[in-house]
Amino acid sequence: MRTKGFVKHYYLMLLPGMIWLTLFSIVPMFGIVIAFQDYNPGLGILHSDWVGLDNFRYMFSLGDSGLVFRNTIVIAVMKIVANLIVPLVFALMLHEVQLAVMKKWVQTIVYLPHFLSWVILAGILLDVFAYKGPVNQILSVFGMEPILFFARADLFPFLIVGSDVWKEFGFNTIIFLAALTGINPSLYEAAAIDGATRWQRLLHVTLPGIVTTIILLAVLSLGNVLNAGFDQIFNLYNPLVYSTGDIIDTWVYRTGLVDLQYGLATATGLLKSVISFILITVSYLLASRFAGYRIF
Amino acid sequence: MVRETTWGSRVVDGALVVLLAGAALLCVLPIWYTLAVSLSDNAAASAGEVRLWPVGFNLGSYKEIMGDTKFFGSFWISVQRVVLGAGLNLIVTVLMAYPLSKTTKDFPLRNVFMWTLVFTMLFNGGLIPWYQTVKSLGLINSIWGLVLGNSVPMFNVILVVNYFRNLPKELEEAALVDGAGPWYMLWKVFVPLAVPVLATVTLFSIVYHWNEFFNGLVLMSKAEHYPLQTYIQQLVVIIDATTMNEDQIKRMSELSNQTLNAAKIFIAMIPVLIVYPFLQRFFIHGITLGSVKE
Repeated sequence: MRTKGFVKHYYLMLLPGMIWLTLFSIVPMFGIVIAFQDYNPGLGILHSDWVGLDNFRYMFSLGDSGLVFRNTIVIAVMKIVANLIVPLVFALMLHEVQLAVMKKWVQTIVYLPHFLSWVILAGILLDVFAYKGPVNQILSVFGMEPILFFARADLFPFLIVGSDVWKEFGFNTIIFLAALTGINPSLYEAAAIDGATRWQRLLHVTLPGIVTTIILLAVLSLGNVLNAGFDQIFNLYNPLVYSTGDIIDTWVYRTGLVDLQYGLATATGLLKSVISFILITVSYLLASRFAGYRIF
Repeated sequence: MVRETTWGSRVVDGALVVLLAGAALLCVLPIWYTLAVSLSDNAAASAGEVRLWPVGFNLGSYKEIMGDTKFFGSFWISVQRVVLGAGLNLIVTVLMAYPLSKTTKDFPLRNVFMWTLVFTMLFNGGLIPWYQTVKSLGLINSIWGLVLGNSVPMFNVILVVNYFRNLPKELEEAALVDGAGPWYMLWKVFVPLAVPVLATVTLFSIVYHWNEFFNGLVLMSKAEHYPLQTYIQQLVVIIDATTMNEDQIKRMSELSNQTLNAAKIFIAMIPVLIVYPFLQRFFIHGITLGSVKE
């Protein structure tokens, strides 16, 4: 093919993106040396004192670090499980419903919250769960005392997981629906002729048809074990719920950009990045080895 | 699909319709409630009298916003950010996706670039080094900090790469025979064929730039530089509960101007509600096309 001379144009096409990437992704990677320094913004990276692993030792000596790592993992794992099960059940329900119009309308509506920001949704949720808000009004019908939902540390993780599922279940359904449409319809007909009931067809045709998708999503979600959702928690939490709601990302934000402990915050962030990177790499390797999954 | 008409099956269908309708309602009712509050009398809203319909209907909060220069200043910054940010994202995505969609036979270093990109997507220096870098580039309090701050939209690039790779090879060969160069090939052959996926990633970019609040929060030191989401975040979400006990929080939520806040939240939602029908139609198609591997 006459494309030999094209290569230099390819470099030119990649140039703007590579510059952008270098400035905002690659240069900051070198900034991780701050984790090993007593960083002073006045002196900069080049002249700040090196302190070895002191920032990491200090981090582990703080009671906070154990707490935020634990909160992060608890919330993230609860989210991963719930965000797998609810969309799966929902997709199966959509698949089963025999009213085509219904199917289309429901699908159109449930994607909506995914596209709204956590700032907006937090504003809405704080109103809905307010002391005199609709949820407490409903509770009062059942004779329950009103609850200050977002001031309760014991309820906070469940509110976080619940509202995350509410925002994303519609969007997460898409991939299951795609897998469901991929099932050969003649399998259902054959099963029906063999006398399989609706329930048996679900168990023996539908579920086996999407089991690889389920496993694939479960494996890929492994990389998110340290991502509990910064935007959401940052917009919904307050000091009353720090004990169960403070996660690595929110803690790094407060330690670094509010309390200006740059070294400590960078060290914690670095630990998170490294663990996450390893987890993501392992999950992709597993996914490509056992399910033939490739991103490009 | 096999259609079922037995009685047991009809009961199942009825239950499914109810459950699905319930799930759909759950997604829109909170938004509807916010609209109802924004159109209510503030005293009624604070007393918790609003349910699904405005109580003491009035447009007072919307009128108040009309005269609020801070609100519209932030709105305008968000509009600029969306136009610049989404435009830049689209251009860079197309330019990067085309060479990366080539095989290593046509572009020997293709995989080196691809893995660099994927690496930067998976690993990052973390918040503080990123902040220090952006600061040293002089982008604090600049719209360009918001537009550029978050690097190349890698997810978009990967979708477009996969889409380009799946276009029929014959098209490219035909254009080559006619003497097309690489730029002509990109703009006149690949881009026109990729309109659905490009529309999808552009809508993603628009929604991202409209919704993003964190860059606004950390990179802007003055409130007049806040994009709309950061403005709303400061207004609605932040309750300084450090020094408050439960009773004080309770009282504060009653005192705040609920209807006005609800109106601001609702206005901030409008652009997404407007692009949503297009988004909705495009994105399933776009994602499916872009994610199919050879």
